Amino acid sequence: MSRNTEVFVIGGGPAGLSAAHVAAKLGATTLLVDDSARVGGQLIKQTHRFFGSSNRDAGIRGITIADKLQQDVKEVSDRLTVLENTAAVGFYHNKEAGILSQKAYERVTYQTAIVCTGATENSLTFENNDLPGIYGAGGVQTLMNVHGIKPGQKILMIGSGNIGLIVSYQLIQAGVEVVGLVEGMPTIGGYLVHASKIRRLGVPIYTSHTILKALGTEGVEGAILSRVDEKFQPVPNTELEIKCDCICLAVGLTPLIDLFQQAQCRMVHVGELGGLVPLHDSSMRTTNPEIFVAGDASGIEEATTAILAGRIAGARAYEATHGKSAQAEAIVAEAREELRTLRSGSTGERIRWGRERVLKEVGEC
Amino acid sequence: MTSLRIEHHPVLNFPERKIVNFYFEGKQYQGYEGEPVAAALHAAGIRTLRRSPQKDRARGFFCAIGRCSSCIMEIDGQINTMTCITPLAEGMHVKMQKGHGHIEP
Ligand SMILES: Cc1cc2nc3c(=O)[nH]c(=O)nc-3n(C[C@H](O)[C@H](O)[C@H](O)COP(=O)(O)OP(=O)(O)OC[C@H]3O[C@@H](n4cnc5c(N)ncnc54)[C@H](O)[C@@H]3O)c2cc1C
Ligand code: FES
Repeated sequence: MSRNTEVFVIGGGPAGLSAAHVAAKLGATTLLVDDSARVGGQLIKQTHRFFGSSNRDAGIRGITIADKLQQDVKEVSDRLTVLENTAAVGFYHNKEAGILSQKAYERVTYQTAIVCTGATENSLTFENNDLPGIYGAGGVQTLMNVHGIKPGQKILMIGSGNIGLIVSYQLIQAGVEVVGLVEGMPTIGGYLVHASKIRRLGVPIYTSHTILKALGTEGVEGAILSRVDEKFQPVPNTELEIKCDCICLAVGLTPLIDLFQQAQCRMVHVGELGGLVPLHDSSMRTTNPEIFVAGDASGIEEATTAILAGRIAGARAYEATHGKSAQAEAIVAEAREELRTLRSGSTGERIRWGRERVLKEVGEC
Repeated sequence: MTSLRIEHHPVLNFPERKIVNFYFEGKQYQGYEGEPVAAALHAAGIRTLRRSPQKDRARGFFCAIGRCSSCIMEIDGQINTMTCITPLAEGMHVKMQKGHGHIEP
């Protein structure tokens, strides 16, 4: 079978849902596919109140933002088709892509595609890091907040960025004992609000420490930590043993970019954005003119900025088939302004550098 | 069911679901219909899902969203099935997988 659409959106997280909503609302026939059982992306696992712009849902729980975006999308269902449990598996020449569900493989022909595939989790090298009981932070959240199952009874968290802090808190909410939070840097990485919550609950925090080894043979039974020096080298004779039945790795995300590479988009490595990202301009268009990008796939950031970039990409993708539109322009202008404000604080500094580097490469800055 | 199931949560509600029977290595277990097979096994206290091809090491799930292939098992004779995204159904037969699995000729 084959499907034909004007705008083809891949990934139904905050970026993809916003892009599809705007494109369809402006008048483009739109198809959105997501490979998970339910659209919403990372948001469906987030029980905490979000940071970000108050115009864009700060202070609201992630799961509630997901419901709201899903509602928006329903509003334009006459022009927008949403397929869950369906993965985009490849781009071909002549504006053609392949999608795969449990039932069938189908061809999609499109005018423009917006790729919003989000990110994958990083792992960490240490002895026995393949033991059952060592999970990614996303895996822990899925098990716990989507399926209602605890990863174990005693967990050790590696990484104190916002994700490590927030997931630690969520674990405690679910009734799991967090036996320690390990951070290689001398200070905690994430926002102070999240860190103080964890501290107040009495979680031991090991800064300037790393994990040397997981203990156990058939599954995690503990871990050996060690202090590290300024060069992140373990300091001899500072090892300490911790008892736990699982270990959670919250050591960063990398943009999920295989589809861009297939579509022959030019890629650039920007450390501040999480690694290789597709080069794109401020309309979120990549170097392959029919392919747009939004969200974490364009650089690891936040849901609020993913929503805004998604709106820009959706409006521009609509214009690519329907021609210039004042309404689309207004959406883009508003989103750009909000993005500028969001990224202007000191916490947005790294992202701002990263974003500027990308724009410089395409000659826009 | 077991103590790894979250009974009370300050924010989330987990709806009542249908309980189904399934088999792991021939032994009968119960789980909720439609939840991932890996989740049902985990709740039943089973976290070694397969053994690695070369060094025969125990492996469990890692990403839980169908990205890393750490959770592959044999389900109803189908080897290399990602159990973290395969919905549990009544009467399923789930087996540990050694290495790349084996297909009867
Ligand atoms: C623990 C945690 C806490 C966070 N807290 C906050 C916060 O407080 N405030 C904030 O603003 N942000 C927060 N974030 C960040 C935010 O969740 C992400 O930046 C945001 O979800 C990115 O949106 P996205 O749409 O780009 O990607 P995602 O939400 O990751 O969605 C991508 C979607 O694409 C699908 N997909 C991938 N590949 C394919 C394919 N080939 N075919 C079909 N579908 C595919 C995926 O299944 C997924 O549903 C947090 C993140 C985490 C992990
Ligand atoms: S745990 Fe990663 S694919 Fe199943």
